[in-house]
Amino acid sequence: MSANNLKSMKSPKKLSTYLGWAFAVAGVLILLVAPTILTQYYVYLLATVFTTALLASSLNLVLGNGGLLHLHHGVFFGVGAYTVAIVMTKTSWPFAVAILLAPMVASLIALVIGWFCVRLRGLYFGMLTLALGQLVWAIVYRWNALTNGDNGIHAIPVPESLSSINSVYYTTLLVLIISLIILYMITKSPFGITLLATRDNPVRSESIGINVKSHRLIAFVIAGFFAGIAGVLFVLVERSVAPSLLFWNKSAEILIMCLMGGLTVFMGPTLGAGILVLLSMIVGLYTEYWLLVLGLLLLILVLFLPQGILGYLMESYDKRRSMRGEN
Amino acid sequence: MDFATLASQFFIGLSRGMIFFIVSAGLTLIFGVLRITNFAHGALYMLGAFIAYSVSTLVGQGPYGFWLALLVAPVTVMLVSLVIERGLLRFIYNRDHLIQMLLTYSLVLIAGDLVKILWGTEFKSMDIPAVLRGSFNLWGASLPWYNAFLLIVGPVVALGLWLFLSKTHLGKICRATATDREMVDVLGINSTRVFAMVFALGGWLAGLGGALIAPTTSISMGMDASIVIYAFLIVVIGGLGNVWGALISSIIMGVGEALGILFIPGIAIIIPYIIAGVLLIVRPTGLLKSAW
Repeated sequence: MSANNLKSMKSPKKLSTYLGWAFAVAGVLILLVAPTILTQYYVYLLATVFTTALLASSLNLVLGNGGLLHLHHGVFFGVGAYTVAIVMTKTSWPFAVAILLAPMVASLIALVIGWFCVRLRGLYFGMLTLALGQLVWAIVYRWNALTNGDNGIHAIPVPESLSSINSVYYTTLLVLIISLIILYMITKSPFGITLLATRDNPVRSESIGINVKSHRLIAFVIAGFFAGIAGVLFVLVERSVAPSLLFWNKSAEILIMCLMGGLTVFMGPTLGAGILVLLSMIVGLYTEYWLLVLGLLLLILVLFLPQGILGYLMESYDKRRSMRGEN
Repeated sequence: MDFATLASQFFIGLSRGMIFFIVSAGLTLIFGVLRITNFAHGALYMLGAFIAYSVSTLVGQGPYGFWLALLVAPVTVMLVSLVIERGLLRFIYNRDHLIQMLLTYSLVLIAGDLVKILWGTEFKSMDIPAVLRGSFNLWGASLPWYNAFLLIVGPVVALGLWLFLSKTHLGKICRATATDREMVDVLGINSTRVFAMVFALGGWLAGLGGALIAPTTSISMGMDASIVIYAFLIVVIGGLGNVWGALISSIIMGVGEALGILFIPGIAIIIPYIIAGVLLIVRPTGLLKSAW
């Protein structure tokens, strides 16, 4: 899987790249006109999709590209959202400060957690992200004076210009597109390629002089930064935060999104986020047992489609292309 | 702060550590032998508690209810585990950690809703058997009998596991598989059967933990989420696959949490995570030698 990935990076001018861009442009155009035809509820739902898509894509920088078992990414998302909520309700600072501070605080927490985690490997790395992430959750859950404890913070004030759901929609869409472009550029930059090398062969990378730990730490902090931005978007959409944002099952949900779309494809997590958010809404209309449905879905995915939907499509596309090439 | 309060809190922490140990011993065995990160372990524990409740209610919360529950619940959970292992887990032994983890996580999601369907969402409670009610005095500290009972069960389970792992043929194969799986395969030992048995044993231990905790807590949805994180942390800081490491770190966690409740009640919830974080940073591969 990973070898395939590297190969495709070296030949950027193949048809699938153009096809990908065509899909992206068409998708953006549709999304731009969508609010004019959809009801408010669906506009809100799509804004949630954009927020979640950014969160999942930021995780995939560490998970898919870094190959690190990052089990508690939701923490940085929650920290970002809480930063906005606290600044807007407990201080008189302007909104601009809140949205600037949120990703910075999130990446600072990511720096602290990541600094410890990158010393460990494999499952131990994952367990430490879990332990330290749950520590942050417990602090948020208990620090009543600052975070309002398990009640969360509600009715967070936002500027007048962001009060309508349509303006929130366009803001989240714009932020998502810009962030995805930046994340894409990061994955294609020398740093991103080196990160892939540290994933595929850490020992060899180390021996040719790559500082594996610092590359992983940087990826971790970047992912935390974008998760913080997603946290800001979450506050714009929901206007409230609760400690459950930072509990580990939220992070597991993001992992499922990444897996569902495909860890090896850049747009995979976005697709996964879209499917899961919309599906949870649709299933919710019919039954209260959404988690049961999600569990069964995940089971099928893990057993039969572990490379994810986009991963599978790319694989079969590549296979067909190489067969044609040989004939 | 007098000595009696400290002693009784220490004692309660120790008995809580025993529950941690029983649950995480199963998890660490599965880790060591099957190399699977089993998120569903907490769900099995929850299932054990709910089945214990049902069994004891069925016989009318009478004097025998608890003991029958203690017998039936772990065995039922063991059978469920066996079905899970044969039906699902054996197909993913060669996959990434992430895939294995998410498969067991899907079981968490499914089990959560199944429990909701079968038992409803309201809290359940179960009586402590008459023999173990009340408390006794030890050096001026008042200690509940039930916790004393847990302090007996924990070492008995530990002893049983030790006998099994070091004295029986099957146990030796388990340890060998944990140390060097390829070698065990080369020797022509049917490792599939070992895997199924270890997973069933792990399930039995999770069910036992659930049945033991049932009389002391409100049995509810979501009791799986917190225990599984604790159990994971215990297993990792004890050294993956090392049962004795799990014993040591269970006691550290249990006592640490109990003393945290005594000294800093407001933020005691963060104590286990701090302990785990510090221990993992100081000894990244666990307190005792890992099987991996």
